[in-house]
Amino acid sequence: MTDDKNIFNKELKVINIGIDTFPKDLKAQGVDVISVDWRPPAGGDLDMLKLLEKLEG
Amino acid sequence: MFEEANQQAIKAMKNAQPILVDVEPASKAISGMKKNLILHAGPPIEWNQMCGPLRGAVLGALVFEELADNLKEAEAIIESEEIEFSPCHEKGAVGPMTGVVSHSMPVFVVDNIANGNRSFSTINEGLGKVLRFGAFDEEVIKKLKWIEKTLGPSLKKALAQTDGINLNGIISRALHMGDECHNRNIASSSLFFKMLVPFLLDVNLETYLLQEISAFMAENDHFFLNLSMAACKVTMDSAHGIDNSTIITAMTRNGTEFGIRVSTLGDEWFTAPASTVEGLYFPGYTAEDANPDIGDSSIAETRGLGGFAMAASPAIVRFVGGTPADAIGYTREMMEITVATDNNFTIPVLGFEGIPLGIDLLKIMDTGILPVINTGIAHRNPGIGQIGAGVVRPSMECFKDALVKLSQRV
Amino acid sequence: MTKRVIVKTDTYRDSVILMRISNSITEVEGVQQAAIVMATALNKDLLENLDLLIEDVVEATPSDLVIAIEAKDEASIEVALLEVDRLLTTRETSEEGEVIPKTLSSAIRELPNANLVMISVPGEYASREATKALRRGLNVFLFSSNVSIEDEVKLKQLAVENGLLMMGPDCGTAIINNVVLGFGNSVRKGTIGIVSAAGTGLQQVSTIIHDEDFGISQAIGIGGNDLSKDVGGLMMIEGIKRLAEDSATEAIVLISKPPDKEVSNRVLEAAKRSNKPVVVIFLGGTSEEIERHSVVSAATLEDTSKAVCALMKGKQPTRTIFTAERNEVVALADSESKEFTSDQQFIRGLYTGGTLCSEALVILSPLLGTIYSNSPLKQEYNLENSSMSKDHTCVDMGSEEFTVGRPHPMIDYTLRKQRIIREGEDPKTAVILLDVVIGYGSHDNPAGELIPPIKEARDAAKKEGRRLSFVANIVGTDLDHQNLRKQQKQLEEAGVIVMPSNAQAVRLAALIATKGTIADLLFEEDT
Repeated sequence: MTDDKNIFNKELKVINIGIDTFPKDLKAQGVDVISVDWRPPAGGDLDMLKLLEKLEG
Repeated sequence: MFEEANQQAIKAMKNAQPILVDVEPASKAISGMKKNLILHAGPPIEWNQMCGPLRGAVLGALVFEELADNLKEAEAIIESEEIEFSPCHEKGAVGPMTGVVSHSMPVFVVDNIANGNRSFSTINEGLGKVLRFGAFDEEVIKKLKWIEKTLGPSLKKALAQTDGINLNGIISRALHMGDECHNRNIASSSLFFKMLVPFLLDVNLETYLLQEISAFMAENDHFFLNLSMAACKVTMDSAHGIDNSTIITAMTRNGTEFGIRVSTLGDEWFTAPASTVEGLYFPGYTAEDANPDIGDSSIAETRGLGGFAMAASPAIVRFVGGTPADAIGYTREMMEITVATDNNFTIPVLGFEGIPLGIDLLKIMDTGILPVINTGIAHRNPGIGQIGAGVVRPSMECFKDALVKLSQRV
Repeated sequence: MTKRVIVKTDTYRDSVILMRISNSITEVEGVQQAAIVMATALNKDLLENLDLLIEDVVEATPSDLVIAIEAKDEASIEVALLEVDRLLTTRETSEEGEVIPKTLSSAIRELPNANLVMISVPGEYASREATKALRRGLNVFLFSSNVSIEDEVKLKQLAVENGLLMMGPDCGTAIINNVVLGFGNSVRKGTIGIVSAAGTGLQQVSTIIHDEDFGISQAIGIGGNDLSKDVGGLMMIEGIKRLAEDSATEAIVLISKPPDKEVSNRVLEAAKRSNKPVVVIFLGGTSEEIERHSVVSAATLEDTSKAVCALMKGKQPTRTIFTAERNEVVALADSESKEFTSDQQFIRGLYTGGTLCSEALVILSPLLGTIYSNSPLKQEYNLENSSMSKDHTCVDMGSEEFTVGRPHPMIDYTLRKQRIIREGEDPKTAVILLDVVIGYGSHDNPAGELIPPIKEARDAAKKEGRRLSFVANIVGTDLDHQNLRKQQKQLEEAGVIVMPSNAQAVRLAALIATKGTIADLLFEEDT
């Protein structure tokens, strides 16, 4: 494990996708966090998601 | 697998050079145009599915063409199936709102000199009671005749004095002046007018004609809309039909349905019911009066202008109760579903970043984000006109259908 | 209907702003129509069409503002005019504001040195997002559950190939670089590393280690399925490897339910190869396998924590039954149970932490026999209806049937409060046993939530001649924001007996419920 890949002993820089209480708690600990305004792919249609993944190969 | 093809499409779009070269009657300019053929905005549609304004415009066009003496006769010849309909898009044309183009109407001819393809659009009639909003009374017909017999030919003469007018040049400057080139066209219309006037003065028109023509153009803040639409059409057409490209090459509505085309999926339309626009209404009107979304003008967004370039035109965002920061947010959001940016068209407030370019079907499906379109709202009854403006998004349905088709092809 | 038309000379506003204002005023109660426009020719026509054109307006110029309102009465007009005034004078700020990314890609563009993605989207989309993150070279904390085993295996393989941590799916707790991810307690940074398949297990162990004046280097959550046969302990083994290589880590703790035998073997091999002291708890399992790999085994979470601290001090690990003296504990149990009716005999454990509930079952079974649960040790002890206790019962209220469409019981005490009262109504309930988890992700004031239903249950039982006993353990540290001391004091003042660990709370509950009769069994030294 090369040192620069190892997350231990690096400053955490976090991207949050989902529940918004997590970034709140991270900010309270002084951690840099950015939240993604996420919505489900294909309007939430799981059949479409399957097709999409097939096309993405 | 699609990346390379999409880059090819992007290249075609970036290299496009739409030049306004001529004004000609539709009968001469548009291949396949016929006396009994009426072109309209949006995907294909039958007479009995057409919304009020579109029907009004069709009837008015038939009277203008002297195929019928009055509206009753016009309806009769339609019922007897003597009239054919086709989307403007399928004939290389685009039209705002009802987008009706008929045989004798003069059209702008726009050449993409980088690619050799061509597009057409009518001359914008102005505001108020116009065919574009489904009005069909005497006043409307009279103006259409004036456009046919006076304005069109005069503009043709003026253009003949030029080497052609570079439309992208006007659009890119207008973006720096607060236009997004769909709902706000005043800067581009002013720039065009400024460019054209010296040539207009050069063709020895009688003074009263010059007065008529310049008054007509000067008082129409949306004169350039039809030209920017034609420029976007000719650009998108040059990216259409590229094998394995998932770029959306057309988005359009006929007041009943919303339709898209995808580069690799050829001429097939993928449609869904047209949405209701969310927006601001002029005093006296409410959402109950509104016609569903209509017009070929979303070719602007398809090319990365209009709603996609909202960051260049913050005032527009107030139509949905937003702030200037929201305008920037919309453009950034659209960058999530486009493949590249076009730095031929930069947005000052974004540090002169280029407009989002190349709507990717797969990115729409991946992110769940739908394209945003700035648009005017027409009254559902023919002939009343624009009653408001706002923002609309197509439904996910047509993109899903396209994805299914794509996965069957592959 | 009544009308009012006012002209404000030399007052200009942008037409779009005015359109917004007109639209807003039309919404005011009693207003029929409203036009707030500049007095241009076009607008004068408009006002005429609306029958709102008056002389003053005809005379007005395009730089004059017209306010024209038609409403059902004067009062409505007045309200509308006040609103017009407010809207006309409101200034809008035009700051850019922060960019809100809508995808992982644009988030990375905004935070280019991002190294961790926390994902809590619905399960059906979770592995797609996690895959994207791993492919971009980011470590993942995956809170989402209902991810397929196949996807979990793919994700963990991808992570291991790229030297990344894949914490989850179904991982609610971790501590990386002294930062709590998800649920968890503030503990001091130190030299003990943890790899855990159990959320509240990690919380209990890390907090007791803190209480013993040691600290945590890293606590890696791996999700509940990691040590199943299919996943094969992928992340546990990777975690052990990382802690073995980590210079800040001097000892390692492994926490899980008993794994598949083959997996257990590989995990214990990896533990031995670490060349660092390792303490393993496979909760509910046996110790032989573990000890055969020359690794220390512990039976409770408390013993695990104290064992690793002992090893750090160069001492032999010991077992804790109670920290207090035997006679003290017996006397306490006596005073709690002496007013029980003859019917009162059962323990009702109401848990928010799944691991803590499991630990209760593991400790109580040899002492009391059959313990029912919604996550029982044996299928035959499964509760038919999770909401209805039977005999001795310990229920995991964080289980799916309780959390569909509601927040976790560590944050939302509604269901547990109702359950306390219901258990109190059962004449056979002797002891109600509770875990009180504080720290990040938990309620701000658990004591404040628990005390009213506890009081209500006690009062109701008293009316029927019964005395209820309440025993609890607070999982937390003095660094947690809920103020552990204060929480403890409030609970004790309400008559709750607060024990220093879940294991001790469970044993005390057993002693009380049996009215002291199992004392010898409880205190006998295990072989």
